[in-house]
Parts: sequence; structure tokens; C-alpha cells
Amino acid sequence: MALLVTERLVKAFGETRAVDHVDFRVEEGEVLALIGSNGAGKTTLVNLISGLLAPDAGRIVFRGVDVTHHSVPARIRAGIARSFQLVNLFDQLTALDNVAVATFSRLGRTFRPLSLAARDRAVWEEAFEVLRQFGLDGRAGAAAGGLSQGERKLLDVAVAYALRPRLLFLDEPTSGVSTREKAPIMETITAVVRAERISATIIEHDMDVVFRYSDRIVVMHEGAILADGTPDEIRRNEAVAATLLGTAPAR
Amino acid sequence: MSGPPRELAAPPGVLAGAVAVGAALAGLPWVVDPYQTILLAYGLVMGIAALGFNLLLGYTGLLSFGHSAYFGVGAYTVALLVKYAGVTSMEAFLAAAIAASVLVTAVFGSVCVRYTRIFFGILTLALSQVLWSLAFKLYWVTGGTDGLRVPTPTLLGVTARGDKIQFLAREYYYYVLVIFAACTALMWVIVHSPFGKALQAIRDNETRAAFVGIRVWRYRWIAFLISGVFTGLAGALWAPLNGLTTPEVLYWPFSGEIVFMTVLGGFRAFAGPIVGAVVFNYLKTYAVGFTVYWQLLLGAVLVGLVLALPTGIVGTVWRLVRRARGR
Repeated sequence: MALLVTERLVKAFGETRAVDHVDFRVEEGEVLALIGSNGAGKTTLVNLISGLLAPDAGRIVFRGVDVTHHSVPARIRAGIARSFQLVNLFDQLTALDNVAVATFSRLGRTFRPLSLAARDRAVWEEAFEVLRQFGLDGRAGAAAGGLSQGERKLLDVAVAYALRPRLLFLDEPTSGVSTREKAPIMETITAVVRAERISATIIEHDMDVVFRYSDRIVVMHEGAILADGTPDEIRRNEAVAATLLGTAPAR
Repeated sequence: MSGPPRELAAPPGVLAGAVAVGAALAGLPWVVDPYQTILLAYGLVMGIAALGFNLLLGYTGLLSFGHSAYFGVGAYTVALLVKYAGVTSMEAFLAAAIAASVLVTAVFGSVCVRYTRIFFGILTLALSQVLWSLAFKLYWVTGGTDGLRVPTPTLLGVTARGDKIQFLAREYYYYVLVIFAACTALMWVIVHSPFGKALQAIRDNETRAAFVGIRVWRYRWIAFLISGVFTGLAGALWAPLNGLTTPEVLYWPFSGEIVFMTVLGGFRAFAGPIVGAVVFNYLKTYAVGFTVYWQLLLGAVLVGLVLALPTGIVGTVWRLVRRARGR
């Protein structure tokens, strides 16, 4: 059984159907790339699944449970987490605090106004270990707002990962960073998710990144799914080549 | 770095500093005249209000222009209990003020916390003015602009004897000091708790806070409630000190004073609102005594201070200390 399935999912903004009857699935433990030109509906689809937007029609089923109308915290508890295209961090807090807040939340310990956070050693040690996994342990005490763009991108993913999701959506994890930084960021992220057998869905425009790091690729075009297959199948797909890659299919 | 850094360690010198300041405050009535002690008591009471206010501004990112409402609820609860129930127990005043503050902030908060920025500020201001107009217009209940007298209360069941000034400068001052210390310690724990971290997360990035599973409105509402109760408690302590409760404590300029004292002390530092409240209280008192144009003088002094110290008094002191240490 697939980890996540959407059935005939629809979201319109005025006359424009950003997501048009989309049947989308994510399997356990796979790294899936969601690609398409700007306005294809990728981010809207992720916003619907993560709970940022409510669908107009259709269903979202996660681990066999209909979560279509679940709140964002309920989806997080179920195991869905995400990062953002424009980095969303707690800028005045340290990198360690950023991850610790997610950890406190996951453990249901944020509503404890009469206990000192610093005393919860297990949370801080776990948060520090997450930073170490993402290569940010050396920046634990730095304010998130003072980190480099590459570090901020990694921290954004680390905060989502600290929620221990089963399904992690990463919205353009390498956008805005230098070409030189892209490979190390993707290596770090994919190493963590593969080691933990987390399903990851990555929205990405950089085709080198897409073909190198994903197990499966879903191509969206004008709100619908145009193609779905392995990197090799997508490379050879003529419709994808014509609409997205702008080239003749690879032979 | 081999492990989690300073977050696991106790903040250096915080406890020692707090004990030193507490000892100094406790010893003050023995070295200064009663007038100065009473002035300081006013400052400490406003410090409690500003601490509560800053839970919203400094830690949750919400600027309230309506905290006079909760201060006034506390003060009027005391005055009405005296007038209509003949209550004189300070402990009963505090308990009733807390209950009334919880009630009012629960209702006001449920409306306000759905909004942020200017919308939040305007809503809090508007709601506070509803209470002001009630106190102003229902004069047969509240005494209108004449207000309601609040005589000397009993403290822990003990009735005050002798001179009222001596009572306020000794017994009542220490009563205020103990509650101030308890409120400061409690607020310290709250802002350094996981709940406090969640509030700071909401302040920095509401969307992300929701996407780590924090129920943003609920947490804001609880912060609003705590903030209002601290301010209401301050109002209850203020009423016997002032001896009279009038609609002025519900009026919007009083909310502005709470905002100003917090910014003056530094809303990014825990102790900022306390220092700001004490300093503001002295500035206002001496400006009033110095000239009939005291608002003009006070305004000029405060504008100068804010321009010279953009991070507030405490923020500036911390910066100078760090510079002196070469960091």
C-alpha cells in the first residue's frame, strides 16, 4: 500500500485550476522528485497535502487514513512534515533552538509553562544530534538569521526532520544557493532520509539534482500529472521532453 | 563542538544578580525616606504590569495598546470590593483581581489573538476604551471621574496601625516587593520554559510555528491571558498605594505609558520592562513636580532617551558590558 495517495484532488484560484483532479502517490522510503515549469501546480499540491491550503474537491489519504480535513498539527502528528521554498525559520532563535522547538512540539512538551526548557536534557541532546546529522553542529549557538543561505536551507530541512516524519516534502531545497553548494546540500539531505527510510518528495527545478538524487519522478503540467516514472523513463518521455526539458528525448 | 552548548547550563550570574538586587530593594526603606520608598513601590508595581505586557510584545511579537484595560480591571475590582462588599483583605483583593482579569482577558483575548500587527493593536485599544467608557459613564456605580476611594487594606489579616505613609513605605512596600519577586521569578520560568520557546517561535515565524505543530492561536491566547493577569495583579496592588481608582487607569494614554516604559527599558531583555517601569515612574514624578508643562518635558526626555538608547536601557548596558569584556 502506498504511503500517501491523493484522489482526484482539485484546487482552483478563480478561473485557474492550479491542481486539476490529481491522483498522486508516494511509496514508503522512496525519494521522489516533483518537477514542472513555474505555475505547474507543484507547490499548490504540496500545500494541499501539508494542510496550508484546503482542497476544493478530492481526498488525501495518508497511511490508510483520510486526512483531507485534518489540521496542520494533526497532519504533523500523523507523520507529514515539510520545508519551504522561501526559508522559514525562527530567525532570532539559535539553530539549536530552532530544532529544539520542533522536538519539544513532537514530544508534546511545548505546553509546559512552569518547567525550564534547559532542564530537558533529552530534547537538547536529540536536537543537537539532528544538527550534527545535517552538518550544522558547529553553528548550534548561532542565530538562525545570521546563517548563510546554504546553512539556512539545511536548517529548514533539519527542523522538519526533527518532527520525525514518515513523509517529508522539500520545496526547492537548493534554490538560492550557489551551484557549488547544491551537491553537498542534496548529499546531506538524501543521506539522512535514506538512512532513516523516510519518504521524501522534492520539488526541484535543477534537472541535474532531480535525475541524480531521485528514485522516481512525477512531472506536472498545467495542474495535472503529465508523466510518472523512473529517471530513465522520464528522460525518454517525449511529452516531457517537449513541454519541460525543451529537448528531444534521450535515446 | 562536542555536545549541546550553553542552553544546558544555568544562565551565568542570573541568580546571584537577582539575589543582590532583591537584597538592595529590601534594604532600601532603611536608608531612604518614606517618599522615595513609596515611589519605588509604584515603580515595582508598574514593573509587574510591564513584565506582563512584555510577554506579548517581546516574546510573542504582539503589540497591545490596551493593557490599561487589565490594569484597570485589577484596580476597579479592589475599589468595588471595598465600596460594595466592605472587603479590606489584600489577599481577597488579589484573588478577586486575578479572577476578574482571567475573565476579561479570556474574552478580549479570544477576539484579539486571531489578528497580528496593527489589527491586533487597534483591537486591544478599542476594547480597552469600552471598559474606560463604562467606568466613565456608569458613575452611580464607579463614581465616574471622581473615582472610588481605596483605604488601607489588611495584610495577611493584620490591620495597619498608625501613620498611612509609614504603612505604605514599610509593610505595604515589603508586601509589594514579595509579590514583585514572585512575579519576576514566575515570568522568568515562563519565558525560559518550552512554552516560552514556543511563543518566541510564533513571534519569529507564525507559519513555521504552525508547521512544527504549535497551535498558534491557542498559544497566543494563553500568553494574552498570562499577560493580562500580571497586569491585573499590578492594578490591584496599585489601588491601595494610590488610595483612589479613577477612569484614568483605563484610558488609552495609560496603555501608552506601559508601552513606553517597556520600550524604554528594552523589550528584548527580560529585565528591560522592570527597569523601564522604575525609571519612567521617577521621570514622570519629577517632571510633574518640576513644571506644569510636565508632559512636554517628559516627552522631550523620553524621545531623547529612545533615540540615544534604541535597544533600551538594559539592552544598552548589556552591549557596553559585552564591549568591555571584548566580545
